[in-house]
Amino acid sequence: MKIKKSALESSFFQNFVVPLTAVLLSFLVGAIFILIVGKNPIEVYSVLFSQTLGNSYGIGQLLFKTTPLIFAGLSVAVCFKAGLFNIGAQGQLQIGAFLTAIVGMKTLGVPFYIEIPLLLFAGMAGGGIWGFIPGYLKAKLGAHEVINTIMLNFISTALISYLVTNVFNVPATVHTPPISPTGHLLRFDQIFPAFEGSPVNLSLLIAVVTVVLVWYYIDRTKYGYELKVVGLNPRAAEYGGISVSRQVVLSMVIGGAIAGLVGSNFVMGYKYYYEEGFSTDTGFMGIAVALLGNNNPFGIILSSLLFGMLEYGGLVINTMVPKELVSILQAIVIIFVISSNKIFRRIIVNLIKKKKLLMVQND
Amino acid sequence: MISQIFSIAFVAQTIRITVPYALASLGGVFSERGGVTNIALEGIILNGAFCATVGTYYTGDPLVGVISGIAGGLLTALIHGVVSINVKADQIISGIAINLFAVGITKFVLEVIFHSSSNSSRIAGLPHIPLPFLESSPEVARLFGNPLVLISIFIVFSSQVILFKTRFGLRLRAVGENPEAADTVGISVTKYRYYGVMISGFLAGLAGAWLAFDQHSFTDGMSAGRGFIALAAMIVGKWNPLGAASACLLFGFAESLQIQLQGAGIPTQFVQMIPYIATIVVLAGFIGRSVAPAADGIPYEKEK
Repeated sequence: MKIKKSALESSFFQNFVVPLTAVLLSFLVGAIFILIVGKNPIEVYSVLFSQTLGNSYGIGQLLFKTTPLIFAGLSVAVCFKAGLFNIGAQGQLQIGAFLTAIVGMKTLGVPFYIEIPLLLFAGMAGGGIWGFIPGYLKAKLGAHEVINTIMLNFISTALISYLVTNVFNVPATVHTPPISPTGHLLRFDQIFPAFEGSPVNLSLLIAVVTVVLVWYYIDRTKYGYELKVVGLNPRAAEYGGISVSRQVVLSMVIGGAIAGLVGSNFVMGYKYYYEEGFSTDTGFMGIAVALLGNNNPFGIILSSLLFGMLEYGGLVINTMVPKELVSILQAIVIIFVISSNKIFRRIIVNLIKKKKLLMVQND
Repeated sequence: MISQIFSIAFVAQTIRITVPYALASLGGVFSERGGVTNIALEGIILNGAFCATVGTYYTGDPLVGVISGIAGGLLTALIHGVVSINVKADQIISGIAINLFAVGITKFVLEVIFHSSSNSSRIAGLPHIPLPFLESSPEVARLFGNPLVLISIFIVFSSQVILFKTRFGLRLRAVGENPEAADTVGISVTKYRYYGVMISGFLAGLAGAWLAFDQHSFTDGMSAGRGFIALAAMIVGKWNPLGAASACLLFGFAESLQIQLQGAGIPTQFVQMIPYIATIVVLAGFIGRSVAPAADGIPYEKEK
């Protein structure tokens, strides 16, 4: 007896209904917090939406905040697909961005067609190395990647803090010397004056291209197929002749390399140097972004846009309610997504069981 | 030189740094021995510190502050418990979300109550128990006169006994090692996992209260990674209360030494890395293998 795929099990449900419900519920809970501080939630939310989506400056800011989230979300998603939990995107993107800045300051005057690919590669290499460490430790020694990536986040923060303040700093600052001007990425406001003042830049396009490449790699290539098999059932993968340990290391390196591209937005497109503390939680937001996007590369674009809007939105509502409202919303979205996935699944299982019983009775 | 470094003040400082690590780390041990991964320790400490500050601020009574801190920790742990144990959702993601939530909610309420995005008003400290027999060295008297220091030392040793010498401890460990077997003999997996998580809320909340009283105020993000150092110590200490506390003492010692040696040319950042590198080395099995409880992090699905 074959049970027809229930409507509830469809990917439409997983991809859209669960995330949207989670977002709506979190806004409802957020409204309670707004009421507690004596403000009108409708007013606050309308400012949040109109100031972020209602004018081109707001959209530019939103897109600038969205770009690193796409990289971080993709990084987490690639590892998720391989059954690995990459909490280390934060450290990987720091190392990647730092290396981008260091290579950039040492290669003054290199023509842009070499400099730009070189700096992107530096970011990917830095992130990739930082992803390789936990991947290797997992593959060869079975050490849990979650703990190791958490630890590596702290190690990278301390390491970069040392290098930025003692080795590479511009005196009396906590940032590195500027990178070669040939490594600068085009800012959108240089072409479209409507974006005037917002730092959104070509890095956004790099992020979108990366999305397509990741989709292609995972869904259309042999390696991507192997990666997914390892994620779904490592034992079956091993029997099927796939080297699990190679896939584990490879996916962590790819995840790290993608996270390392965050530097393109900040270092090559905005500040043109590495500044200590430039990102404190992008990597962790990447986990939320990947979750909300259901680990689908295109879903990640949508969830990055939402989280990017919230991140910039916090600043525009700060005069009415503390901007931390946004962190609360983000946390609640995460909790609702992981909970509703489980709760809905349980409801579905119960429904199927009932159906089975009915069918048995009808026989 | 050596005697200057290893003075009474040095010992006092080491213990001051170690206490919150040890409390939170023991919390982690109880939670994970029961089978619930707890990277929410960081958020629990932060909420505990904030509630302790607010409780003391409104009543002027540090005891109410300590109780509020513990209550804040328990409530935060309850969220983690519901999401991890009842809903059976991913415990690591739940922990990340709770840490994020704690950062957001404490700053949000901080601005509402104290109209500042960085720190609260000053609060009273804990009263000291007078210890006349230690009068000759006031620093030692101050340290051991702090009721939380004595309570913490007591908690460390009693945790070891509770976990390994009592029926409660045996059942908690059973639920974390082999929940199916525990369930078969009639131990409620849900109940014992809640005990573990709530104990972690109690202890990490107390750790937060310690921080608030130690600094006489709440400052934005004051947990400052302590929850993760506690987690590291738990792993280095192989999920044993005494082991975890010893690891915390070691980390506290290193930190204290670094403060003493400031200006001696040892970069702060390298000392900061010690706990994290130690954890990676221990996890990799270079110094005796550290193995988590078998069912740690896996929700228990009852067979029907």
